Amino acid sequence: MSTELSNVEELAIKDYKYGFETEIEMETLPKGLNEDIVRKISEKKNEPEWMLEWRLKAFRHWLTLEKQSEPKWANISYPAVDFQDIIYYAAPKKKPELKSLDEVDPELLKTFEKLGISLQEQKRLSGVAVDAVFDSVSVTTTFKEELSKLGIIFCSMSEAVKEHPELVKKYIGSVVPYTDNFYAALNSAVFSDGSFCYIPKGVRCPMELSTYFRINTSGTGQFERTLLIADEGGYVSYLEGCTAPMRDENQLHAAVVELIALDNATIKYSTVQNWYPGDQEGKGGIYNFVTKRGACRGVNSKITWTQVETGSAITWKYPSCILQGDNSIGEFYSVAVTNNFQQADTGTKMIHLGKNTKSTIVSKGISAGKSNNSYRGLVKVHKNAENSRNFTQCDSLLIGDRCGAHTFPYIEVNNQSAKVEHEATTSKIGEDQLFYLRQRGISMEDSINMIVNGYCKDVFRELPMEFAVEAQKLLSISLEGSVG
Amino acid sequence: MLIVKDLFVKVEEKEILKGINLEVNAGEVHAIMGPNGSGKSTLANVIAGKDGYEVTGGTVSLNGTDLLEMSPEERAWEGVFLAFQYPVEIPGVSNATFLKTALNEIRKHNGHEELDAMQFLKYMKEKMRVVGIDEKLINRPVNQGFSGGEKKRNEIFQLQMLQPKLAVLDETDSGLDIDALKIVSSGVNTFRSKENAVIVVTHYQRLLNYIVPDFVHVLVNGRIVKSGGKDLALELEEKGYDWVANPVTEEAAV
Repeated sequence: MSTELSNVEELAIKDYKYGFETEIEMETLPKGLNEDIVRKISEKKNEPEWMLEWRLKAFRHWLTLEKQSEPKWANISYPAVDFQDIIYYAAPKKKPELKSLDEVDPELLKTFEKLGISLQEQKRLSGVAVDAVFDSVSVTTTFKEELSKLGIIFCSMSEAVKEHPELVKKYIGSVVPYTDNFYAALNSAVFSDGSFCYIPKGVRCPMELSTYFRINTSGTGQFERTLLIADEGGYVSYLEGCTAPMRDENQLHAAVVELIALDNATIKYSTVQNWYPGDQEGKGGIYNFVTKRGACRGVNSKITWTQVETGSAITWKYPSCILQGDNSIGEFYSVAVTNNFQQADTGTKMIHLGKNTKSTIVSKGISAGKSNNSYRGLVKVHKNAENSRNFTQCDSLLIGDRCGAHTFPYIEVNNQSAKVEHEATTSKIGEDQLFYLRQRGISMEDSINMIVNGYCKDVFRELPMEFAVEAQKLLSISLEGSVG
Repeated sequence: MLIVKDLFVKVEEKEILKGINLEVNAGEVHAIMGPNGSGKSTLANVIAGKDGYEVTGGTVSLNGTDLLEMSPEERAWEGVFLAFQYPVEIPGVSNATFLKTALNEIRKHNGHEELDAMQFLKYMKEKMRVVGIDEKLINRPVNQGFSGGEKKRNEIFQLQMLQPKLAVLDETDSGLDIDALKIVSSGVNTFRSKENAVIVVTHYQRLLNYIVPDFVHVLVNGRIVKSGGKDLALELEEKGYDWVANPVTEEAAV
């Protein structure tokens, strides 16, 4: 089998189809990071004083962390990032006030069109409202008016800071404080845009909300910040997608996402991450260093993270849930695929604080090529969390014999009544399985896709329908020519 | 249809097949019998194109095309079907999805239009009746949690669905009770036609009571040592493999 597999490996890998660059006039701040840059970002965005103050506090904190260097505990390796060699703000030049979509630069609309994200409301078949973020700024948000009739606020973060300061002030940094970690501090200082969403009491958001992130300009880092609040009894399903052009350089993406679910509220947050992963030799690609955390503040609240991670040269990401409210529920469903020289260290933290809190973790890691894939998870039950339950299933699938799969599960239980289950498997994609499918007339690549998709089924069924289809396609592209 | 000529096969430096000659025509059923380790499964796997076998000499052709040059899927498109001795489980992939993909791949490569979901369902329902397979098994992941008998029945169901030109049944009778054996056999018998051929690989004569072969070949130590009609199987059952394996010893004993 090995000879045949390496032949397949040599097959040309299909191009990363989102790898184009948009030619558009950009306005950028000079490279490098200092207090002046932070002030300028804030100024560009016409921010109120309190926001600037918060950024500066974060920046000063980051400076103290920088002295000790970036975190090194993850199972990944890369040359140190030069934080002075990054552009922290890049935005398309535009008219000061956009009244409607007609005023958006057609080049930008074309870019998103090409990515399969139509920003023309009338063109969208399904009810998905989109906030499109291009480098450092949000380009447009669709279906805003329709949503506002229900009292739902869905807009860019910059707009929220100005229009809804009381909400932003109350919740920003309340789940991920700027002191949380190195990249959270950096993000808090320089975040440029992102999405903001507020679901009022008792409202069930009638459409999927979605943010599409695109890094375009060379040498920039993207530092977006997303804040989502579901008030009592609210419900929202939120999708996030991302792509970037193909480049030799490594670009930094350090986002922070905070979710807050109050009493009886439910938030579903789904990500299909497809940043440029670098080429077959491991050159280029995005460093995806992201802090995502949700707080189930209210009773009976629920937060579900579903992620399909196929892109990025390096992924460092642990979407977590803090289960504060009694009976609250946290879920994490993840498929992480690494191929070629990609590295992923991803997983979750489930922190049980309230009584009768429940968490479920289903993690499916797939490693191919010479990649390295690690699951890192923490289940922590505090002493007051009576009758907490956790179920963890953590599977690794290896394709070929030059990749690595690792699991780092941590369990801390401080309450006798807790029940914590952990199941883990590691398997190689079976040659017998492959032969069986091929004997029935299914090609090698299709056979691999079929086996891998079957393996990921538990996660895919958590995704909204159209996303699930997209995820399956993405998976096949990511693994194309990967076998070896 | 199938012509195997002077086939020599090694597995990890050990010679397993030592010059096999076999010709199977359309409309025929051939039984390959032999003791354990004689090379029966090796022959079946080499015809289907499984990796790990080194062909050191000879040819295998199907209707004039060289099979040995082809990948397993190409052989399937040409009409080769192997009913596995140990069918594997494919978690998360439903039997129906798997079969629809397989069937349409084969159709596509033979210039037929692919079946859409409705057409496929209709076709599948017909075949389910033929094999008497439960709808529940169809919607379950491929072979997952199937009993031994259910797995074998699923193989025959696939045979019926894909309608190959050449079906190679590798020890399909192993692990079957008498009722399952009858069902599986009747599935094979309804498949038999003038257009296709079947090779039944088996250790025991029992299966051949139900799938009656036109020819029986006895494979011992990598060689076909005796060929004959269906009566040969009965004779083997009576006298054991030693009778053909060591004819000299027997003569000496007489």
